[in-house]
Amino acid sequence: MEMLSGAEMVIRSLQDQGVERIYGYPGGSVLDIYDALFQQSSIEHVLVRHEQAAVHMADGYSRATGEVGTVLVTSGPGATNCITGIATAYMDSIPMVLISGQVPTTMIGEDAFQETDMIGVSRPVVKHSFLCKNVEDLPTIIKKAYYIASTGRPGPVVVDIPKDIMNPALKFPYEYPTSVSLRSYNPTQQGHKKQIRKALKTLIEAKRPIIYAGGGAVWNDTPALIKQLATHIGCPVTNTLMGLGVFPGTDEQFVGMLGMHGTLEANKSMHFSDVIFAIGVRFDDRTTNNLEKYCPNSTIIHIDIDPTSISKTVNADIPIVGYAHNVLTAMLEMINDENLQNNKADIETWWKQINEWRDKKCLGYETSEESLKPQQVVEAMYKATNGDAYVCSDVGQHQMFAALYYPFDKPGRWINSGGLGTMGFGLPAAMGVQMEFPDSTVVCITGDGSIQMNIQELSTCLQYDLPIKIIILNNHALGMVKQWQDMVYKGRHSHSYWDSVPDFVKLAEAYGHVGIKVDKPAELEGALERCFSLKDKLVVMDIAVDELEHVYPMLVKYGAMNEMYLSKTERT
Amino acid sequence: MSRTVISLIIENESGATSRIVGLFSQRGYNIESLTVAATQDSSLSRMTLVTRGEPRVIEQIMKQLNKLINVLRVSELTASDYIEQEISLVKVACIGSKRDEVCRLVDIFNAKIIDATPKMYTVRLFGDGNKLDAFVKQVEQTSEIIEVVRSGVIGISRGEKALRA
Repeated sequence: MEMLSGAEMVIRSLQDQGVERIYGYPGGSVLDIYDALFQQSSIEHVLVRHEQAAVHMADGYSRATGEVGTVLVTSGPGATNCITGIATAYMDSIPMVLISGQVPTTMIGEDAFQETDMIGVSRPVVKHSFLCKNVEDLPTIIKKAYYIASTGRPGPVVVDIPKDIMNPALKFPYEYPTSVSLRSYNPTQQGHKKQIRKALKTLIEAKRPIIYAGGGAVWNDTPALIKQLATHIGCPVTNTLMGLGVFPGTDEQFVGMLGMHGTLEANKSMHFSDVIFAIGVRFDDRTTNNLEKYCPNSTIIHIDIDPTSISKTVNADIPIVGYAHNVLTAMLEMINDENLQNNKADIETWWKQINEWRDKKCLGYETSEESLKPQQVVEAMYKATNGDAYVCSDVGQHQMFAALYYPFDKPGRWINSGGLGTMGFGLPAAMGVQMEFPDSTVVCITGDGSIQMNIQELSTCLQYDLPIKIIILNNHALGMVKQWQDMVYKGRHSHSYWDSVPDFVKLAEAYGHVGIKVDKPAELEGALERCFSLKDKLVVMDIAVDELEHVYPMLVKYGAMNEMYLSKTERT
Repeated sequence: MSRTVISLIIENESGATSRIVGLFSQRGYNIESLTVAATQDSSLSRMTLVTRGEPRVIEQIMKQLNKLINVLRVSELTASDYIEQEISLVKVACIGSKRDEVCRLVDIFNAKIIDATPKMYTVRLFGDGNKLDAFVKQVEQTSEIIEVVRSGVIGISRGEKALRA
């Protein structure tokens, strides 16, 4: 058997796992791994400027491909800098393996230089974690990490490796396991047949059904299966913020995103439905509003891989635990085999009602010649990219504008931090995507607040030639905070604006990129055209937008799903 | 808020207990008592956990525990017939006539004096929580209690039912 040191084993295990790229930052306790990395060529290492960005890069890569992202960082600050990134991935169920260095086993617990209890610090935000204490265990631990990260409900897994375990002088026999199994971990993959039948019967008999799909429906052909089911039933479909693109955004049956900033038609369809067919969602507070008033007449069917998501906030009448694609495949087979049809007259009546809500055109906004509306910028961006870009978003008003005004027809194209709401996510996530798809258009939509949270990565973008298009909706404020202060705090703008915003054009240039400033509505189209024609360049678009604009619709606090503000002056 | 006794089989490895304790603090669940020790199979530990919550919360606790990678089996003992036991060690200061009184209580409660000095007894007592409380309450009437150590609850289901890995 081949004899390898611990450090070599880490690299070899990653190679044998099929990893082609890792994102990281070196430091004292991982120098041996970095040395082993230097002496091979099959794994590419991407050097970021801050560890948090490495994690978001791996995350962005994963969201666009469905694969597991890999991160390598050193102990102490290297590891703790990753926590926000890990928590971001955890909240959105993104598969990831993060390898962190640790001080030697003999020094653990002695407050050694750059020591942090990474297992302890990361515990609440990981799916699982391993502290490797024997060199021989390394290959199995790494195999298990990838297995756990990518199966069941995906999530981040931390592998913490003390420095002495990687000692290049000590060689041990190496063999990478072809498979692993854990006696304590066996996710239920197939849905319960009886439950599936019951759910299908309920859906077929529904007069006002709605399909509600989220982040758990993005992969494994689930979108195509949902499309088949929706076409057969003829019902409306809504997606969560995490699920945008699961159902084509331009499809007639799509009623838009639901939730706090969901469309009038999506939220009302939920509220007045008689059956909610939920797939890979978790009834998060941003999508339910007041639980006491939640969809009073709806029977809830809930398909999810994670039993803890079921009946956590909203009680599921018909729960089905299993992979969404397995459950949907079984359902479609039943429909075909038994030629099950629903009453199309009921569905027609339902659409008549929905179309009345649609006719209110809740996404309408007024343009002016003096200042650009953020909505208008997103729509122009949609046009300029033929609706086919990877759109990576930061967090705030711009995120909601992008979610509402850029319809996604494919899954994995809308990349944002939905659960944790991490400002600073957008740019590094876009880097991860652009690196994987060098010929695709990758946009980072951001604000003057969010972009400054990981702006140092403009340097990494230059090093790796990442021609991302960064669209800054610049309102000289933390727009979403300000909006809440306007609506809830009588306009007291406590620390939500700044008098100094950097010159983003010069900043882009300082990092070796192109910067374009847009102040007037008339300049927008030409500027965007120029931006997207610069195929090989990273372009920072600093677009001044109306500083007073709010995101609407917005659910009324403590209200039901049908209670919304539609503009500064109107509500339902 | 019903009292619930949960029995778990977990991997006997470092960090497993902290994941369970962490889960409870992280999600705002109560822990009234927790005991853990290795089983006859040294790779496994058995844990008994007492908590309190609405049925909906208890359901979540069970699911969340099951979800932890280190946890093999989870069973709600209070959902059916079960036996629970706790052990208590009580150090009582007693001299003169107090010694007889403490001895009488020890008899009544079916406890045992396992250590003695001229000034004090150490008493061992088995039972459920109520019995342990009652003993301490009675002793307090006559003597000064120096120290009370309780093991926390351990439990097992009645009859043929068993929790196995």
